[in-house]
Amino acid sequence: MSLNYVEFTPGFDRWMPKEYRDMVHHGPFGKKTSVSQVGTFKEILEEHPMCAGCAMTLFIRLAMIAFPNPEDTITVGTAGCGRLAISQAAIPFVYGNYGDQNGVASGLTRGLKLRFGDKPKDVVVMAGDGGMADIGFAQTLHSWFRKEKFTTIMLDNEVYGNTGGQESGMTNKGQVLKMAPVGKKFEKMDMLGMAKVAGCAYVATVVPNNPRRVESVIKKAVLIAREVGPTYIQAYTSCNIEYAIPTDKVMEDAKDVENDRYKFSEYLSDDARQCLGELYGYKEYLPKPEKTLAKS
Amino acid sequence: MSDALESEVKTNPQGDPITAAPAPPSAQSGKKDPHAEAKRQKVVTPEYMFHEAPREKEFITGSEAAKEAVRRSNVDLSIAYPITPQSETMQLIGVLYGEGYVKEYYRGEEEYGVMSAIAGGSRAGVRCFTATAGPGTLRGLEPIASWPGHRLPAVCMFTCRVVNAPLAIQPDNIEMAYLLHCGMIIFHAENQQDLFDYIMMAFIISEKNDVTLPVGVCCDGFFVTHARGYCSMQDKGLKLPEREAWRGAVPVLDAENPPARLSRDAPVQKSNFMAYNIHAVWQQEVWAAVERSRKYIDQYMDGLIETQNVDEADVLLIASGSAAAQCREAVRECTAKGIKAGLIKIKSLRPFPTKELRQLCSKAKLIVVPEFNYVGWLAKEVATAIYGYSNAKIVGGPHVYGGMSMPVEMIVDEVICGLSGKRSSTVPSSAIMGQVDPDAVAHFMQNI
Ligand SMILES: Cc1ncc(C[n+]2csc(CCOP(=O)(O)OP(=O)(O)O)c2C)c(N)n1
Ligand code: SF4
Repeated sequence: MSLNYVEFTPGFDRWMPKEYRDMVHHGPFGKKTSVSQVGTFKEILEEHPMCAGCAMTLFIRLAMIAFPNPEDTITVGTAGCGRLAISQAAIPFVYGNYGDQNGVASGLTRGLKLRFGDKPKDVVVMAGDGGMADIGFAQTLHSWFRKEKFTTIMLDNEVYGNTGGQESGMTNKGQVLKMAPVGKKFEKMDMLGMAKVAGCAYVATVVPNNPRRVESVIKKAVLIAREVGPTYIQAYTSCNIEYAIPTDKVMEDAKDVENDRYKFSEYLSDDARQCLGELYGYKEYLPKPEKTLAKS
Repeated sequence: MSDALESEVKTNPQGDPITAAPAPPSAQSGKKDPHAEAKRQKVVTPEYMFHEAPREKEFITGSEAAKEAVRRSNVDLSIAYPITPQSETMQLIGVLYGEGYVKEYYRGEEEYGVMSAIAGGSRAGVRCFTATAGPGTLRGLEPIASWPGHRLPAVCMFTCRVVNAPLAIQPDNIEMAYLLHCGMIIFHAENQQDLFDYIMMAFIISEKNDVTLPVGVCCDGFFVTHARGYCSMQDKGLKLPEREAWRGAVPVLDAENPPARLSRDAPVQKSNFMAYNIHAVWQQEVWAAVERSRKYIDQYMDGLIETQNVDEADVLLIASGSAAAQCREAVRECTAKGIKAGLIKIKSLRPFPTKELRQLCSKAKLIVVPEFNYVGWLAKEVATAIYGYSNAKIVGGPHVYGGMSMPVEMIVDEVICGLSGKRSSTVPSSAIMGQVDPDAVAHFMQNI
């Protein structure tokens, strides 16, 4: 961990913009922050140009609070709404081309490993459903099969939001959208199943209306990716504009969708459990004492 | 991440050892560190490596020359994907990885994924190398074309081959027409020696602070990759200094370099909300960096061009890559026929040797630009550069493509037609610039 880079050269402090000074003095770098402390520290992501009430923004904000080492985290995104917020955050962000995120993250993770060895450098991909399941599909799947050690988060709004509401592979069957004039003709893609088949060590679904749960899955995913292998979080992050969800009903919609098709689910490989239990103090993943053995 | 010492010699299904050289007996007995030689390599300055280090000549293929260049270039990350006629090169880089000369290596999913991962590696601050050809170049073009704008130093070798239909795997350098407009530096190797030298020099030029750009090293597939030629090489115990990540014109993304708020402070990445003028000035800066690489090309590569017989020449052949090799012979034949002909070989296409050509072409009567592609991208570049600086007639041809070879007589014929005014049998009059075709003028006048 190198905190030097967020600190000021002596004497320069007072010449820096206030916002930057606040980030250095009251930001989350080098501290343990939690969603329950929101309001007591300066967040990595504050301003953003996303639509009012956009649930994706809320999710990104929560995810950034949850990063275990924000000062050593690099985010990778792609074309789509999400990057408009992610690129405003106070941690380095890569945007290359639409759909290239898991390819870029593969090279980035390996390069950082070469330079920094076992020092944690967490790479986190956050991209839309179109970017991940459609145009970036091959790179996403291959990075998992290759067991690249970074976290992949799908911001699933079930639509191409940024280009104005077209069908994506993650749209539900029957849904009428632009480019699906008579309704989508095939099922929502099972990326969760594919993540497991491809060997992700941790796979979870989550909706943003439970901040503590978002925090928990992000932390686990990043820590497991650091030590074990690829991790995947699929988050429902509604697009209130394209699905015409009134701003005050966004959380209600998330609840409905959670009940309908986005129930919380979490899968951990044995190695992932061991890693969390032994390296990061998650007692619930430590092996239970063998009662049957004791009896015999 | 390269695995620790291998105790046994691995073989492929045909039983060949994974290393190109037969494994020494001690390795078979399970005691030798396969990385031992690589670990003993000594770092020398680029200046010593390129200009002073003693060299020995070997008779090798272009793919082997590329391998030897990478061996001496202190490469960190190399990502491979097969395509003829490149595959052998990246296989050989795999051998270097097995021997510890390249630190990290894998076979990517396809070229888009490879070029994206190279972008990731370069952003992490490590030295990256890959190679592709023809359809692979076009498949990877979106990420490749974004490397310069992201200011990513890296070296990509292009072993040019046919693109477009019908399918062919033969030499044809049409893909360079696309690469020329990406904002990257582009060299064109004539032979194995060029390939060896240009690749090594490319790493150093690419990483200069005031350049910070990717370099494409092109060669014509098969003619250079699969054929053997003499190549003078420095001792393989020497290597170039490693990439110093902090040197770049923009910070690498390692969370060690300020500013912390990178994508906010640097005026890139803001896309929809970025003012048009920011993209504009950023692109101006990319192309200015291409220009700034000239001084390093002069320093290490002895200039953007190489000339032969150009003083007093009436006829100048201007060519790059394999066409330059054919032109050397054509110059010899023309001289034997009493024609004063010379050659300008263009080594660097980006930056383009505009100034050099303007000066050298000022007195020429005829310029012939033979090319290994249909569209004649080099002739257009030359004509644009020297317009107003030369009264020479410019023959945009002869062209061969799809794997044809270019007989020397074809070039000599163009010289003779060009000088005598005889109609060429291969170059259409529309590709002959600087000459008035009375028929065409009459046709034009009748139709207005
Ligand atoms: C190669 C390429 N094709 C298409 C686009 C256009 N494009 C930009 S954003 C986008 C849709 C984004 O949808 P999604 O990935 O689901 O993210 P969202 O905006 O919904 O968050 C598209 C199609 C592009 N930028 N590049
Ligand atoms: S278009 Fe949809 S996903 Fe994009 S910012 Fe607006 S509400 Fe959010």
